[in-house]
Amino acid sequence: MNDFWNWDHAAAVFPSLIKGLGVTVLATVIGMVIAAILGLLVAIVRRSGVRAVTWPVGFLVEFIRSTPLLVQLVFANLLFTQFPSLAVGCAVLGIHYATYMSEVYRAGIDAVPKGQWEAAVALDLPRGRTWRDVILPQAIRNTLPGLGNYAISMFKETPFLAFIYVVEMYAAAQAYGGGNFRYMEAITLAGLLFLLVSYPTSLLVRRMENRLA
Amino acid sequence: MPDTATKPAIQFQGVGKRFGDNVVLDGLDFSVAAGDRVTLIGPSGSGKTTILRLLMTLEEANDGLILVDGVPYTHEMRGGKRVAIPEKRRSLVRRRVGMVFQQFNLFPNMSVLENIIEAPIHVLGVPKAEAIAKAEDLLEKVGLADKRDARCTQLSGGQQQRVAIARALAMEPEILLLDEVTSALDPELVADVLAVLRNIAETTDITMLIVTHEMQFAREVSNRVLMFDGGKIIEEAHPEEIFTSPKHERTQEFLRAVL
Repeated sequence: MNDFWNWDHAAAVFPSLIKGLGVTVLATVIGMVIAAILGLLVAIVRRSGVRAVTWPVGFLVEFIRSTPLLVQLVFANLLFTQFPSLAVGCAVLGIHYATYMSEVYRAGIDAVPKGQWEAAVALDLPRGRTWRDVILPQAIRNTLPGLGNYAISMFKETPFLAFIYVVEMYAAAQAYGGGNFRYMEAITLAGLLFLLVSYPTSLLVRRMENRLA
Repeated sequence: MPDTATKPAIQFQGVGKRFGDNVVLDGLDFSVAAGDRVTLIGPSGSGKTTILRLLMTLEEANDGLILVDGVPYTHEMRGGKRVAIPEKRRSLVRRRVGMVFQQFNLFPNMSVLENIIEAPIHVLGVPKAEAIAKAEDLLEKVGLADKRDARCTQLSGGQQQRVAIARALAMEPEILLLDEVTSALDPELVADVLAVLRNIAETTDITMLIVTHEMQFAREVSNRVLMFDGGKIIEEAHPEEIFTSPKHERTQEFLRAVL
């Protein structure tokens, strides 16, 4: 029997890793939905030019970006003990990434030519209608690759959830390792499973980038 | 109701516009009667396009008043002070003004038809079926009935500009602003666009303000030509007159250069 790699351990840990992967994917999807919606709201608010809202929102964004995700997770989990850790984790992931997504949206909105706004004014389209029918459909198209890249990046940061006792894939691997004094198979397989999801996804995003370019 | 028969369609009263230190319009006074076709000519930077952009509220004048049918549009005098008119009231005037841009500015995320029906439905509240029927008529008029469902990006520049004209007309504007509408087109596409505009000039009584370098077109379509220089009107005449015997020296120079 090989000391370095043991297939029995690999087979034994596999089911719990798959279960963990489900949690990982779930957290990424929910986190990304929050990030996509909240990020858009932040981008629109920051663009509004109303100081009373742009200033506090700007401060909050800087604050969130300047502190580590891990610290935010643990802190939020201490603060909101009445909620399940997974829910807190998804919310923190979503809010953290919303601050980055807002920049992606900002760039996407800025990339819509000025002439589009002017044509909307010339047709007397109300502001909200202009956003809805003219600007956002063009801006969001510009943001799809960014959204995909941040989804992959969030997916790879979900192991931080282990610190607030969410049993995602990494925590599942750790649990097996700790229980059986055998980490190699569990951690290796977890890594491979991350790769198996994120690599095809990144290929997809790259294809989307090329199509939109 | 303002009496449109006697009030000029457009009035500029002492309108000034500066971009930083650069004075583009300086105490400009002029008026345009309903149904007039006025061509603005002059060297670049003389403020012609700025006049159109002020009328479309794409720029904000620094001084003076702009009136449409005798009604203050963007600013009004209240208690001896010039105050901005709120967006809601501006909008009511603005929807009677249409504009066609040099760069077309069609919405690329919409089909040709969607471009045309967007504003009638959402600004004027026209029922969708009616808006579509009207759009189809307009597409017929600009010779693009078969492009109804095309994406704008699939069209040539000349076709895009004709769609943009149809889009502006769908709002049934009383005033149409044409801002160098053929300048971005390949030479062989200019004729079709001008033909469409000539047809509109002949078959409607829309008031038109035209900024163009197509002097032949200006001559055919307009009944008045204003020569701008340094933010002021330096000469004004019937096209036949100004193109054959310009009086002002700057006009002579300018026309020699462009004709």
